[in-house]
Amino acid sequence: MLFLSGNEAIARGAHEAGVKVASAYPGTPSTEILENLSAYEDIYTEWAPNEKVALEVALGASFAGVRAMATMKHVGLNVAADPLFTAAYTGVRGGLVIVTADDPSMHSSQNEQDNRNYAFAAKVPMLEPSDAGEAKEFTKQAFEISEEFDIPVLLRTTTRVSHVKGLVTAGDRASSHVEPGIVKMPEKFVMLPANARRRRVDLEERIKRLREFAETFPGNRIEWGDKKRGFITSGVSYLYVKEAFPEASVLKLGMAYPFPEKLIRSFAGEVEEVVVVEELDPFIELHVKAMGIECRGKDVIPSIGELSAHAVKNALGGKGADTETSGEVEIPLRPPNMCPGCPHRGLFYALSKLGVFVAGDIGCYTLGFLKPLSAMDSCVCMGASIGNAFGMEKALGKEALGKIVAVIGDSTFIHSGITGLIDIVYNRGFSTVIILDNRITAMTGHQPNPASGMTIRHEEAAMIDLETLCRGIGVRHVYSVSPHDIDETYNLIKREVERPEPSVIITRYPCVLLPEERRKKKTPYKVITAKCTGCRSCLKLGCPAIEWVSITKEEARELGFKEKQNGYARINRVLCPGCAQCVQVCKFKAIVIDE
Amino acid sequence: MSENVKESINILLSGVGGQGILLASEITAFALIRAGFEVRKSEVHGMAQRGGSVVAHLRFGERVYSPLIDPGTTDIQVAFEMMEALRYLPMLKKDSRVIVNTQKIAPLSVSTGQADYPDDAVDVLRGKGLSVYPVDALETAESIGELRTVNIVLVGALSSFLPVDEQIFLDVISEKVKKDFVEVNRNAFVRGREITRKFAGNQRA
Repeated sequence: MLFLSGNEAIARGAHEAGVKVASAYPGTPSTEILENLSAYEDIYTEWAPNEKVALEVALGASFAGVRAMATMKHVGLNVAADPLFTAAYTGVRGGLVIVTADDPSMHSSQNEQDNRNYAFAAKVPMLEPSDAGEAKEFTKQAFEISEEFDIPVLLRTTTRVSHVKGLVTAGDRASSHVEPGIVKMPEKFVMLPANARRRRVDLEERIKRLREFAETFPGNRIEWGDKKRGFITSGVSYLYVKEAFPEASVLKLGMAYPFPEKLIRSFAGEVEEVVVVEELDPFIELHVKAMGIECRGKDVIPSIGELSAHAVKNALGGKGADTETSGEVEIPLRPPNMCPGCPHRGLFYALSKLGVFVAGDIGCYTLGFLKPLSAMDSCVCMGASIGNAFGMEKALGKEALGKIVAVIGDSTFIHSGITGLIDIVYNRGFSTVIILDNRITAMTGHQPNPASGMTIRHEEAAMIDLETLCRGIGVRHVYSVSPHDIDETYNLIKREVERPEPSVIITRYPCVLLPEERRKKKTPYKVITAKCTGCRSCLKLGCPAIEWVSITKEEARELGFKEKQNGYARINRVLCPGCAQCVQVCKFKAIVIDE
Repeated sequence: MSENVKESINILLSGVGGQGILLASEITAFALIRAGFEVRKSEVHGMAQRGGSVVAHLRFGERVYSPLIDPGTTDIQVAFEMMEALRYLPMLKKDSRVIVNTQKIAPLSVSTGQADYPDDAVDVLRGKGLSVYPVDALETAESIGELRTVNIVLVGALSSFLPVDEQIFLDVISEKVKKDFVEVNRNAFVRGREITRKFAGNQRA
């Protein structure tokens, strides 16, 4: 028996299914699937520039007759939706499985869309495991289904499936029945209208067969209990229902789409009341109602955020819905923060001084939004910063000059910022784009990207030269600067933002958490207390290593301060990696190297 | 199963990103599995890890369904940081056990003088009628010469209340920790266990 997270189990399942090619763009809560898969030497794995490329690579591998996989977070499937919808038409040769890891409650996401809707919209089957054990089994079955029905299969998890560990039974490595090789099948693979119309009809046939298959798929099962109330549920919600109402009858749908209509009808016919319990959208509920079956669902079950056993009990008045707790006390919040020594901090400090509108993007640097830096004014999706800044510029014309910048990370720029920059150059804009190049995809846990110079397995790889890339697009003004040098960063942005031409500023310094940065000898700084005037300038950096010590009037006198000085700054030596940003901010030269 | 545990037992581990909560919960989970229990463990990754408040849910028993602990049903909370013991009060029962590392890590609002640290956390917890076990895990770790064993000291403190033999924990630590650090971590575990053992009595969780 293995003790695995849902993501580890999916990787294990893919290995056991004999997957040969797997591609992904990192994104919480999906990232660990590819990380774990890359440990198997006989599987080709890669970090793709974005999810669309990842799916196209996996589809290509499937065309070549091997089992292939693409994994992504829920919003990644928006990016990959284009190939998905047409891959349903082409179908597959080797089994093709696409994992979408949804994030209800937005633990680490900008929205909480319900990607079960993609299965319906793209007309592809979707399996939905409840825990790690099922995650492994369903992954294997997904490959079988994909080959049997000539269709890509979606495997949907949520945070509480991907990041919950449970017991998993190991199995042997299987392989596909498909023969690898180049096979020309233009009527299947060339989706121009004449072929696509035929495949469209064929797709309907395939879905019809899948609907029949769903009736006997073992992942769709009835657990009979008390017939007063019958639950229809799927994914992690099944576990909440079992916890809240262990005695009730349950129809568990391991296949979220297409629906086993006969099974649903026979279940509904045996119980007095049907209740659908599902996270986010009323996906099952709408279908059950469309079948003419009366049921309860989103009238009582919340449609926002994660569910829990407690939420299910609360909605339906189960035992223990009103458990007494130990109450609540108010304590300071502890939001995430940029690390001490984070290079992004210097940039956001400069931006906060400039007071420009900062069109932001997705990554650690989104934390530049937080106080005290408060230097981010929009953040929508991967790559949006550049288009957003350009759109504002076009809306306001010359008036916008000097007032707007876009900030985007190195990985995010490669993911979907390049096309936005092309738009600026092509359509005669003057936007200033700042690329925060910390050499790695940091937020999701240090995955290499095409600008890092190494592969997923840390083998040497070609390194995209961002300066050359931007010049190649046609940006004439491309500069780089260390964001730890606050004055230079400030002056460079001030100059470029006023320029009536497109410009790119690359703020380049490696993430402070990278192993090679951690190994460097650290020279922490300290505050010479006698020189500190208590002006709090250094606190405006929001560095976790800088602390404020409050003092009384008496203490101020003892320390030789002016009487109105009510405190002084102190640097936590253990936390300070010595980036020296605070040294530059202190007007009184009170911060020096701590020998 | 080493003891008859009918209802599932809920352990909430709270603290600050970077304190080694994942390893601590992993070792505890493996020990429980080896003792014959079904275990589910829920974590959160991603943005929350950047110095933010972190929580892991660990549930075990004969049969466990939900990966999440419901409000008001935590049997034991292990707070890796003092203030983080208070954040999850709504998750605790009236009489939960709370193991508190008395180490303080100031959030930004406190270190920059915008808010006050609740120095009286242990008293607040006691005032609620909870069974509170303060542990100076930082000092213990320091005394055995490895600051990075704070998390394992706390696993030791937790272990006194779990129906798992000490040897199982020691075996799991030997397997899960890097070779050079096995001895110091086993030490840390034993020292942590000593701190709470006298309170364990017969009323294990």
